[in-house]
Amino acid sequence: MSTSIQLRKVVKRFEALEVIKGVDLDIEPGKFTVFVGPSGCGKSTLLRMVAGLETITEGDLHIGGQRMNDVAAARRGIAMVFQSYALYPHMTVYKNLAFGLETAGVKRDEIDRRVREVAATLRITEYLQRRPKALSGGQRQRVAIGRSIVRDPDIFLFDEPLSNLDAELRVQMRVEISKLHERLGNTMICVTHDQVEAMTMADTIVVLRGGEVMQVGSPLELYNRPANRFVAGFIGSPKMNFLEARRTAPDAIEVPGQALQLSLDQLGRCSAETPVTFGIRPEHIMLGGEAGQSLGEVKVDLVEHLGGSTSVYATMPSGASLTILAPGQLSIRHGETVPLRIDAANCHAFGPDDQTLRN
Amino acid sequence: MAVSERSPAAAGNGESIALARSYREAFRRNAPGYLFLTPWLIGFFCLTLGPALGSLYLSLTDFDLLQAPNFVGFQNYIRMATADPKFISAIRVTFLYVILSVPLKLGFALAVAMMLNRGIKGLPVYRAVFYLPSLLGASVAIAVLWRQLFAADGMVNSMLAVFGIEGPSWISNPRYSLYTLVVLSVWQFGSPMIIFLAGLRQIPVDMYEAASLDGASARRQFWKITLPLLSPVIFFNCVIQTIEAFKAFTPAFIVSGGTGGPINSTLFYTLYLYQEAFGNFRMGYASALAWVLVIIIAIFTAFSFLSTRYWVHYDE
Repeated sequence: MSTSIQLRKVVKRFEALEVIKGVDLDIEPGKFTVFVGPSGCGKSTLLRMVAGLETITEGDLHIGGQRMNDVAAARRGIAMVFQSYALYPHMTVYKNLAFGLETAGVKRDEIDRRVREVAATLRITEYLQRRPKALSGGQRQRVAIGRSIVRDPDIFLFDEPLSNLDAELRVQMRVEISKLHERLGNTMICVTHDQVEAMTMADTIVVLRGGEVMQVGSPLELYNRPANRFVAGFIGSPKMNFLEARRTAPDAIEVPGQALQLSLDQLGRCSAETPVTFGIRPEHIMLGGEAGQSLGEVKVDLVEHLGGSTSVYATMPSGASLTILAPGQLSIRHGETVPLRIDAANCHAFGPDDQTLRN
Repeated sequence: MAVSERSPAAAGNGESIALARSYREAFRRNAPGYLFLTPWLIGFFCLTLGPALGSLYLSLTDFDLLQAPNFVGFQNYIRMATADPKFISAIRVTFLYVILSVPLKLGFALAVAMMLNRGIKGLPVYRAVFYLPSLLGASVAIAVLWRQLFAADGMVNSMLAVFGIEGPSWISNPRYSLYTLVVLSVWQFGSPMIIFLAGLRQIPVDMYEAASLDGASARRQFWKITLPLLSPVIFFNCVIQTIEAFKAFTPAFIVSGGTGGPINSTLFYTLYLYQEAFGNFRMGYASALAWVLVIIIAIFTAFSFLSTRYWVHYDE
């Protein structure tokens, strides 16, 4: 079953400290939504408010159209996977999975059927009689997910579910969680500080900063049309390059020593001679060639060979630093001077308020 | 090149010399460590192990503090088991005291610890206030105060009189006297409470959050999460408090005036031991009593440790 979630001007204060500042959000039924942002941005607090583990200071939370501010966590139809997994160490995996069902008074036969069904789905049947301490990180993660699935909730919440796993397992579990969402079709919310996780798992990403929503959209929407400089810098890896620039014509800007032609749409909100921040992603900068327009020449400081791509760290004549991510294996060396070219369609411009200038 | 051949005896002698040298070198290397250990070693041998072994020997004698001890074999132990009704009485009183006071004290300590663990303001102050009786509880002054409180004309009866109840003389009535000492013991809940509080703080909050999302009531959370995860601390407190209870002396000595009365109702084992040693000058018999207490405590502790596999969870 898919359930919608709405937050209306939701505020959370811990005494004088306001950590969530009037968040408005609509989470569509059946969508996988990811809250992403740097540490301390309030993403976990927001998730816990949805779960009912934190009270809501102001505003309204609606789940499935019903106001849930004062409804107990257990009665919100929610299951949550904790960052620490929160498995009961003194219980076997079977008992961990059965705990919620036993609490709900489900009959023993039905509990057994559901536990074994979930265990088979998550490939943990052989561990059912083990205690959590005898499991690896990935197996514990599966048990934690199993514990949430077995109750058949309307909504799944994941609080940094992959942060305790090593890099390889993280990728594996990321795929498994995405597959699980496809199969179950429930509304899911996941909190992460890792933008790669957000990009790969989410239908919708909510970028948070300082308790406020910076932008809500699909991963590619956030990547292609960031609403502000923070989102532009946070989404994408390596992060976007920012250069101080000046508008010289309705459709042109000048970065130090280099005039660039952009579209009227890209500079729509900008008045003449206003200082702007020019943004270009590392993967959108071309080394040499004839396509697009010139961004001048840069001196190479460092080259990182990643096999499938090459990262180049360089300095412009103005002293500004640039990161370039080029496909393939390049034979550029430290100290070399290389010409750069860009496609205007991939450029971004932000005003003095750090908001995009795009109409 | 000449090859010298040595006899097996000479080879063995050489090896023992080498071994002795290596021991000497090891000792020289560890000498500073032994030097630092010396004060403790002196204390241990002179004040703990020496007297313990001395009392083991005395338990096999008829030593009366005045004359040289005569070896009597297991006579003291045989007398204890067959011809000393006061010993049986002391055992009965002590076991009753242990059985009543330890669970009550631990239960009360856990209840207060759980109350303090709810994040109340001024926690350090409450913690200190609740811990205070434990510091004072075993003192003579508090036992004297206890005697005043529970006397026929004491404060407890004065308060009961307000409600028209005529209370008995709690400490001079054999039906109630032991229970006043149990109450005194429970009042000293501070020490296990502090340990429970530390244990409760080690239980991750998200265990409770996960349980509350599963719909578990506070009671179910207590039985299914708090108690199992606190079981190592409960076990520790249980062993320590039981040993303390077996060794209890001061309250019974002061409240009963050293007699263990009325009618031996407060005759704690240690009090009887004291009476035999310093009242009746039967130091040999008292030493035997002491060793029986050591064995009782050892048996209890061993059973406690053996039982841990069934109820103590040491996971993570």
